Amino acid sequence: MYRYDEFDATIVRERVEQFRGQVTRRLAGELTEDQFRPLRLKNGLYLQLHAYMLRIAVPYGVLNSKQMRKLAHIARRYDRGFGHFTTRQNIQFNWPQLGDVPDILQHLAEVEMHAIQTSGNCIRNVTADQFAGVAADEIEDPRIWAEIVRQWSTFHPEFSYLPRKFKIAVTGAPDDRAAVRVHDIGLRIVQNEAGETGFEVWVGGGLGRTPIIGVAIRKFLPKEHLLSYLEAILRTYNLLGRRDNIYKARIKILVQATGGEKFGQMVEEEWEKIKDGPLHLPQAEIDRIHRYFAPPAYEALPDVDPAFETAKLENPDFARWARVNLVKHKVPGYAIVNASLKPEGGAPGDASADQMDLLADLADKFSLGEVRVTHHQNIVFPNVRKRDLFALWQRLKSARLATSNLGFISDIIACPGLDYCNLANARSIPVAQRLSRHFSDPRKLDEIGDLRLNISGCINACGHHHVGHIGILGVDKQGQEFYQVTVGGSSKDDASLGKIVGAAFSEDDIVPAIDTIINTYLANRTDRSERFLDYVRRAGVDPFKEALYGPAPARRTAAE
Amino acid sequence: MALLQHGALQPNNWRFVGDDAAIPAEGPVTVSLKRWQAESEVLRGRNAPIGVRLKNDEPALALGEDVHRLSLIEVEFPKFTDGRAFSQARILRDKLGYEGELRAVGTILRDQYLFMTRCGIDSVELPEGKAIDGYLAALKEFSAWYQPASDGRPTVMELRHPANANARRGAAPIVTASVAAHSA
Ligand code: SF4
Repeated sequence: MYRYDEFDATIVRERVEQFRGQVTRRLAGELTEDQFRPLRLKNGLYLQLHAYMLRIAVPYGVLNSKQMRKLAHIARRYDRGFGHFTTRQNIQFNWPQLGDVPDILQHLAEVEMHAIQTSGNCIRNVTADQFAGVAADEIEDPRIWAEIVRQWSTFHPEFSYLPRKFKIAVTGAPDDRAAVRVHDIGLRIVQNEAGETGFEVWVGGGLGRTPIIGVAIRKFLPKEHLLSYLEAILRTYNLLGRRDNIYKARIKILVQATGGEKFGQMVEEEWEKIKDGPLHLPQAEIDRIHRYFAPPAYEALPDVDPAFETAKLENPDFARWARVNLVKHKVPGYAIVNASLKPEGGAPGDASADQMDLLADLADKFSLGEVRVTHHQNIVFPNVRKRDLFALWQRLKSARLATSNLGFISDIIACPGLDYCNLANARSIPVAQRLSRHFSDPRKLDEIGDLRLNISGCINACGHHHVGHIGILGVDKQGQEFYQVTVGGSSKDDASLGKIVGAAFSEDDIVPAIDTIINTYLANRTDRSERFLDYVRRAGVDPFKEALYGPAPARRTAAE
Repeated sequence: MALLQHGALQPNNWRFVGDDAAIPAEGPVTVSLKRWQAESEVLRGRNAPIGVRLKNDEPALALGEDVHRLSLIEVEFPKFTDGRAFSQARILRDKLGYEGELRAVGTILRDQYLFMTRCGIDSVELPEGKAIDGYLAALKEFSAWYQPASDGRPTVMELRHPANANARRGAAPIVTASVAAHSA
């Protein structure tokens, strides 16, 4: 993984001191809360319902064991023993004291971490495919480019006061695991006819109040021009993005209002003027960063490991986990392991300090010292020898980290919701917990198959409900928590937005409603090969409406 | 209002003249872009320095070659959170090659001052008597820069790869003597 050189280290160290000064000024009353707000937000510090929340950047989701141990330490010392992994591959702590934050940042700087630009109207932490560098289907490693973008976007003097937040995602594989089409900018590494690799550039996607799938404004961008192209997009947005209405300030609104094609032309025009200037990426820098991501020294192993095969035969639980939570590695004899942070009845994405320490130990022992955070709020061990899988599974199981539910209905994405967030309409975590209990039987999970269920506590959509196969959105009905349900969303290469099934459900009715939706699907699918998403795309929302609210004529009467 | 320039608080002898007001016979003034475009002949005929105050939503490029006839361009920061003028400043410096004084007016907190200088702004308007220690300290809060901007400071990438940097600097932004002095 990337390691800081003297320059990176200097910048992060200076940032800690700068923020320490800002906190001191705030505590001394030299800064009003209004003036402090944009400053603290640029450093991931929110004022929530009960306390401050600090969001720490995990650049493109990559963590080494030392960093994970440091997070465990912070959870113990400055929080209540927990951390919360987010859909943007970051980690949040919900209980730090303002006066402690500079010290926390100091701890982080010691392990080459920070909270820079994890919130505020600036370019946020860049996200990438969690299987970068190890996935069998990868064209090229996106981490190199994510790191280059991270550096360019850090303290960008021109783009630190944008109309609104700005999120960039990079993927290097045809199977889009970074949801690039629902980002402000999505970069897909593609190959052209000449066999060269470059970027397909998507702009103007996003969730939130107005969910929109982005548009591809460039089919192929030579890699050395990445930064000048990004700068052209950002400059266009900074000058023309709306600032009069916070709900219309994201780049997606500008792109829609201008038209994708026209917006693309404006960007190209700007880019032509700057592409050969100092933002042109020197090959030496690409090579330098590339070296940090060189493949580790893998052992030459047979792809079939007899011990692994035997263990599966002898232990059905293990076999099931291996079937569900492993992903194909590009190197024979190795596997990519997903450790689920969605145990039955758990809060999605939460990890205790002890679990973090264990994850760090297991990374050292079994995965060349590295883990990844996924935007599905799970943890990945990218490099595990097949022969070690059984031992790893046993250790994970002992810490409730071996739930076999990757990609199933209980692998829920949920935002913090009303338990923590002051923007929320409704709680997300308790709904996720109840659903994960309701859908805990492994046979039932297998029966339902591939299903993504996402929950957001309000229209800001931090839980990505629009792109869940089933989405749940917290709404407020006369002061009561209600839940609106959508079906048919996807964040993958076939990205689509879910459609609302009908009137929202109360807290008591939401789990039965989801159950009805699942049963409707199970009763009507052609066969197991028709996934939930396929079924929704074929049959539409009507069968669900009928099952949930009664036959159409009756519904009409009721509405009158 | 006073001016923070060259590391000290200075008196400000410029004044902005609204579109409806008469242009005074003497003294340096700034006018709106609209007025400049309509009356540039007359304005240039005056025997005093002339400048333009760009609104936040006006395209800096509209000034074109005119920038070389101006002694001052002002860009606005109406709210701390409105960052359009950062881009306007860079366009004036990098695209139009403006080398005169580039001034920030509006709400200017010390925490933005460094970024302003990086974007080529070399003076900022502050209330009379404002303590400037914080502003000066803010300029020293960082010592390394990832991005090329309009201040000519060498970037981290250039320091990492000196040979390549020299080749590219041909196309580099224009660094005005004033910005260079300011950021030294
Ligand atoms: S979706 Fe709403 S409730 Fe959930 S974290 Fe985001 S802002 Fe808070």
